Amino acid sequence: MKIVNEFKCAFSANSANEGLARAALSAFVIPADPTAQELADLRTVISEAVTNAIVHGYRGTSGEVSIMLRLLPERVVYIRVTDKGCGIPDVARAMEPLWTSAPEEDRAGLGFAIMQTFTDSLHVRSVPGKGTVLTMRRRLGVQDANEAE
Amino acid sequence: MQIQYDTETACLLVGLDGEIDHHSSNAMRAEVDAAIYAHLPQTLIFDFSRVSFMDSSGIGLIMGRYKILSPLGGEILVQDPAPHISRILRLAGMERLAKICRSTKEVTQ
Repeated sequence: MKIVNEFKCAFSANSANEGLARAALSAFVIPADPTAQELADLRTVISEAVTNAIVHGYRGTSGEVSIMLRLLPERVVYIRVTDKGCGIPDVARAMEPLWTSAPEEDRAGLGFAIMQTFTDSLHVRSVPGKGTVLTMRRRLGVQDANEAE
Repeated sequence: MQIQYDTETACLLVGLDGEIDHHSSNAMRAEVDAAIYAHLPQTLIFDFSRVSFMDSSGIGLIMGRYKILSPLGGEILVQDPAPHISRILRLAGMERLAKICRSTKEVTQ
């Protein structure tokens, strides 16, 4: 598929970089003229994905998180977040709303629910001990039924 | 972040600022919890009027404080969240744990 624009970067699994990932996404997506709601949604989903990689993938150990952002034809925004952390043994369970492997850290267990709600598609590929690749797509300019106020 | 306690109303007002994510919420949580244990408030108000971004870490922040306050008979108000933050609060069902209000006077539950 034709790629209109692409951005890639990698950073250390340090929580300070969650804001950096959102800033990179904003700078990449703003030229595609998203609505305020679309931009807020995309900033939220990348924040959730990068936080998952840092909190659950690396669990306080050092490592690298990579993000790839693509603008595809028909205003589709594609986001890929990759870590080489511990992986998710049971992806289906991790995606259940309110399930968290870190309740002691006040994690709400809503990361995947938010990512699913705010995107058109979400795919998780994870190999225990090897890492996780999370991909999401969201087409701009489409009013979602559950977005209508 | 600004924290004020009103002894007459037993109300703890927490004015949150900027972006609430996993990184920033750790420090916020420590500061809020210190104030909760110092005052044991009846009402905890999170003022969201100056919050520009929140992900599920903000939900964790509210849920965690609810778990502390609820056994003590305290309640939580979330005041003036921006529309995109309200949407995340609704998605998380936060209206079951906290009152979401547009200002200190109008309370919708």
